[in-house]
Amino acid sequence: MSCVLELQNIGFTYGLGTPFEKRAVDGVSLKIEKGEFIGVIGHTGSGKSTLVQMLNGLIRPTDGRVLLDGRDIWEQPKKIRDVRFRVGMVFQYPEYQLFEETVYKDIAFGAVNKGLEGEALDKAVRDAAAFTGVKESHLEKSPFDLSGGEKRRVAIAGVIAMDPDVLVLDEPTAGLDPMGREILLSQIVNYHKQRGTTVLLVSHTMEDIARVADRILVMNHGCPEMFEATKKVFAQGEKLREMGLRVPQITTITETLRQRGVNVPDGVLTVDEAVDVLLPLLKKEGRTW
Amino acid sequence: MVRDVAFGQYFPGNSLIHRLDPRGKILMFIAYIVIIFCTFNYASLGIVAAFTALFIILSRISPKFYLKSMKVILFIVLFTSVLNLFYGTGDPIWQWGIIKVTYDGINRAVFVTVRIVCLILASSCLTFTTSPTALTDAIERLMKPLKAIRFPVHEVAMMTSLALRFVPTLLEETDKIMAAQKARGADMEGGNPIQRVKALVPVLVPLFVSAFRRAYDIATAMECRCYRGGAGRTRMKSIHMSGRDAAAFVLLLLTLAGVIICNILIPSAV
Repeated sequence: MSCVLELQNIGFTYGLGTPFEKRAVDGVSLKIEKGEFIGVIGHTGSGKSTLVQMLNGLIRPTDGRVLLDGRDIWEQPKKIRDVRFRVGMVFQYPEYQLFEETVYKDIAFGAVNKGLEGEALDKAVRDAAAFTGVKESHLEKSPFDLSGGEKRRVAIAGVIAMDPDVLVLDEPTAGLDPMGREILLSQIVNYHKQRGTTVLLVSHTMEDIARVADRILVMNHGCPEMFEATKKVFAQGEKLREMGLRVPQITTITETLRQRGVNVPDGVLTVDEAVDVLLPLLKKEGRTW
Repeated sequence: MVRDVAFGQYFPGNSLIHRLDPRGKILMFIAYIVIIFCTFNYASLGIVAAFTALFIILSRISPKFYLKSMKVILFIVLFTSVLNLFYGTGDPIWQWGIIKVTYDGINRAVFVTVRIVCLILASSCLTFTTSPTALTDAIERLMKPLKAIRFPVHEVAMMTSLALRFVPTLLEETDKIMAAQKARGADMEGGNPIQRVKALVPVLVPLFVSAFRRAYDIATAMECRCYRGGAGRTRMKSIHMSGRDAAAFVLLLLTLAGVIICNILIPSAV
């Protein structure tokens, strides 16, 4: 695998040179491989949002370099827009960015800016709508007539339509109902699998992260505390708790069972996995479920 | 960014000036404007400047912020003073073509500069030390007599304080929306004026939508708390005049007296 994004010791200080100076991100160095699904976690104010906004050049790091396919994205500051098409960014509550007359036009906004037109544009828009489950019949409606969840799908489709190499999602499921979360998450996973796009998912919901991420980046006070395989990160429950984070609920349960002498393996991260390991145990004890 | 501007900002604190009655502060500010334009010679100008300096020191806010607040209008100050410099009458002390500098011109320039600077400093002192809520409250109280001619004083004050309250919120929102549209490749910087105006549409539409949404939310929240206008409402923080305020008024009157005496005794410079 080759490396798509590389951060070389990047840092960012808000209000440099004023009394309100604040170090938000401090010396982050890491490499992200092509096609990876990365989860980003950290407590509020840990620098996650600032960090991801530096990936597509919305924020210019005050020190260090961001390399996209081996090239510094700030090499030519005037061409920073090209970077934004390649690193797609979906903000928190993206439904508030919609502005066009129709859903179709809004999804097309980024792709048009990128320079797509004609059939290629139409295909990009319809594919993106399909990925996020925007109904065909909604495409000609005004985005302001949709429900909150539908608007969010439109907004995410608007970024996917630019066909970025890296897709960054900042809390895409915040404020959705459980069913909506579930569906949106599986749509993102599906998109990741089909297109092979590198995905960074910022989330506060450990269950979501545990289900989808290959690797997890844990941010704490502006520094990357861990950047390891999902199982390895969630095996360090105590350390996570010290940072104001936690492990998925089901992991806490199986860990507690194990401490009490029940023979369950470690690193159980999802409910499905837990069912797989717990059911045989119950059967062995002669109980039926 | 727009947020860096110190002019009109409020710095919470507990200084002598912070604790003055906001109504008194507004009245004093109005009187101050009158006084500053009644200064006709350097002695009276000096008295007003000293009065201003005293208030600035008593407000216990770093002079750095006062300087910063002047940055915004620095150009206007320079422009008017330079203009006045060349508009004097009398014998020229330096001449180049039709441009001439006279003592009268220099005097005018100095006066105009000092007056504007004092005015800005005093208004900064007012806004630095008085929270927007206190200010609108005070304005409401001061405008109460207008009720006699059916002017909706309370409603105007409520609208003003709500509007002020949402300025930072909307600024923050603008930043967020701009970032989101930039992430979709919106070009905010380049292009000719028409393209630039067009580039604002993706920012303004969501901003207006969210402003209306917020307005509805606020209205609902106010109704839920049984808000029905100003009639019969009392205040959580009632404002009272105290000895401090009286002292401040006396100080202002002394300044006024000083200015008048100087004007009578010393011939005017402009």
